[in-house]
Amino acid sequence: MAQMNLIHALNSAMDVMLGRDPAVVVLGEDIGYFGGVFRVTEGLQRKYGEHRVLDTPIAEGGIIAAAIGMGVNGLRPVAEIQFADYIYPGYDQIVSELARLRYRSAGEFFAPVTVRTPCGGGIRGGQTHSQSPEAIFAHVSGLKVVMPSNPYDAKGLLIASIEDDDPVIFFEPKRLYNGPFDGNPNQAAVPWSAHPLGEVPEGHYTVPIGKAAIARAGSDLTIVTYGTMVHVCEAAARGLGLDAEIVDVRTMVPLDTDTICASVARTGRCVIAHEATRFAGFGAELAATIQEQCFWNLEAPILRVAGWDTPYPHAFEWEYFPGQARVVRALRTVMEAG
Amino acid sequence: MPTRSRLHVPVTPARPGEISDFSWLRLSPAGAIARPEPGARSGDITFLADGLVRVLDDAGEAIGPWHPHLEVQDLQIGLRHMLLTRVFDDRMQRIQRSGKISFYMRSLGEEAVSVAQAQALRPADMLFPSYRNQGLQIARGRPLVDLMCQVLSNTRDMCKGRQLPVLYHWREGNIFSISGNLATQFPQAVGWAMAAAIRGQDAVAASWIGEGASAEADFHHALLFASVYRAPVILNVVNNQWAISTFQGFAGGEQRTFAARGPGYGIAGLRVDGNDFLAVHAVTQWAAERARTGHGPTLIEHVTYRGAAHSTSDDPARYRPRDDYQHWPLGDPVERLKQHLIRLGEWSEERHAGLSAELEDHVAASWKEATRFGTLTDPPRLDPHLMFEDVFREMPPHLRRQDAELRAERGQG
Ligand SMILES: Cc1ncc(C[n+]2csc(CCOP(=O)(O)OP(=O)(O)O)c2C)c(N)n1
Ligand SMILES: [Mg+2]
Repeated sequence: MAQMNLIHALNSAMDVMLGRDPAVVVLGEDIGYFGGVFRVTEGLQRKYGEHRVLDTPIAEGGIIAAAIGMGVNGLRPVAEIQFADYIYPGYDQIVSELARLRYRSAGEFFAPVTVRTPCGGGIRGGQTHSQSPEAIFAHVSGLKVVMPSNPYDAKGLLIASIEDDDPVIFFEPKRLYNGPFDGNPNQAAVPWSAHPLGEVPEGHYTVPIGKAAIARAGSDLTIVTYGTMVHVCEAAARGLGLDAEIVDVRTMVPLDTDTICASVARTGRCVIAHEATRFAGFGAELAATIQEQCFWNLEAPILRVAGWDTPYPHAFEWEYFPGQARVVRALRTVMEAG
Repeated sequence: MPTRSRLHVPVTPARPGEISDFSWLRLSPAGAIARPEPGARSGDITFLADGLVRVLDDAGEAIGPWHPHLEVQDLQIGLRHMLLTRVFDDRMQRIQRSGKISFYMRSLGEEAVSVAQAQALRPADMLFPSYRNQGLQIARGRPLVDLMCQVLSNTRDMCKGRQLPVLYHWREGNIFSISGNLATQFPQAVGWAMAAAIRGQDAVAASWIGEGASAEADFHHALLFASVYRAPVILNVVNNQWAISTFQGFAGGEQRTFAARGPGYGIAGLRVDGNDFLAVHAVTQWAAERARTGHGPTLIEHVTYRGAAHSTSDDPARYRPRDDYQHWPLGDPVERLKQHLIRLGEWSEERHAGLSAELEDHVAASWKEATRFGTLTDPPRLDPHLMFEDVFREMPPHLRRQDAELRAERGQG
């Protein structure tokens, strides 16, 4: 075991896979010599060479398309899109091609591509370095969608994604790169070394895609969340002295409805939280699914906590971000209902 | 002879710890490239895409067919605007370090591109800049306080706090809103120009893109639409050699010049010394005349060098020699225009020092004025509820509800 932050854990996952499987290649903007703008691919090109770790032109559509072609020809590409906000030039290749290749060719062609991309706000990045677009990928049939909330899961899920023959869109909450973040920007940063899930095995292991985790067991209510919001919700519930069960979704597609619904059925109350915009966000899918399966167990309406339905404004980052205050209001409402 | 294919990886000439190398850079002597008529057929002038239009020689003399013969006063104004851009940039950079602004991007070494081009165009011409074209704003006379208030996201920010610093817009000045997403402005400028042609307007459009961003599909959409409709547009690739850590070879510059993509689409392509104020001015005038007389678009590659870090979040010492810029063969645009004016007997080191001091004072006074409207750390602050405005022309009910929720969250409910 070693102490790793999220960056080191992701780096280690790619290092392990580049070492084990000669088919694995890593590509993206500024990821080779430089090691990536967030340093996630640091040292990989030096270790594995320029034919395995490729700097690319600035063309997200080209990156995804090239990764598909490589995947069809036997490689296992891991493509980095520098910010999730810049994935859209590659959206057509992802939605129309990557997601459907297996289906339209009746299983004869497929591309085992993993697309890694940092998402989320809290770094003063303004509207083009802060987005959380997971819902518009989860909505597309044929894509697996993953978002870890800690270094241990990040490494295990990334290895599982690379080994998966299906395409995986792998979101990295960038505000968590260096430490768990509880939503309070004025508090001193906490490093991952202070968190049990900053302990990460150095070698190969996987965390299964399609399995949610109970980040905290509890009985008062269930908070269903993922990414940065796992930590914000933990802090908010702690502040209220609530014995909340926190389900970290980890994988949006395929969704682990069993774990989620078993928890809500037990507690009878549910708050859903994500950083992405609320309208038609992934929380809507969660709420609908929980309602379908747990209606007779619910003691209060399910509430959603989310980013507002506006672009992510530079000057109002903390008024936009669904911080503890917004979570607390929802927790109170759900606890007081019924 | 190799018997199988091999993946080529573009070569980066010098990395940290190595000696700068610009021997690969193809230069033409000042005055060496012919100047065709602005109405020439694009297929007849492909030499412009491979040569390098230069007017100022190493001694600071203006020579050759592209010499624009500008009035001395215009040269002095150009020098002033380039220097002001630089002084402004330096000040913003220092202020970012102090935490009063979140982010900044300098244009060190590229000032001639924006300033000379703005000067060569008319006020009604519509500009679609990238984030490294602050010189356009300055040359069009935008008050520094306006730019500073945007960078501060304060109560007088033209973007109402919504955009990252330097992503300005200026409607009255005919400068379009800058996107954080690369390359998107390029084909939009073509659409604007098509509308100008449809509506019978006299104005042309101009847009700027980094050589790195020219890899995006939007670049190719721009060239194709411009070519198909012969749109009155000037499309500029600012080849400053670097895209963050990535050398221009990765954008395709190793095989062919960026200007040469023009002829591939049937567009006039022209490569210019981007650090030569006179040359940039001259080719812009040529392209504007070409566009205004119905001869269609021009793709201009400005050969220059990104003298500063990519942004305040970047450390170029990680990927290029520390002193790389000092070895750049095309020198410094401010210094070169200054030498030219001195040679003409119309400038001096003393006047230059005086101008620097005056501009420093102007920037300092503007900063003082701008901070009266708030900084990131000091009031007054923009009202956060502005966040819900302008998503749509009229605020729909769900945003009204969220606005109210935010009020409650902030204890104002
Ligand atoms: C679509 C998109 N992809 C990636 C980025 C991230 N990014 C911002 S600037 C930049 C480098 C651009 O280099 P270049 O076009 O040469 O312009 P320069 O910075 O040199 O002026 C990158 C990759 C972005 N803003 N938008
Ligand atoms: Mg560049």
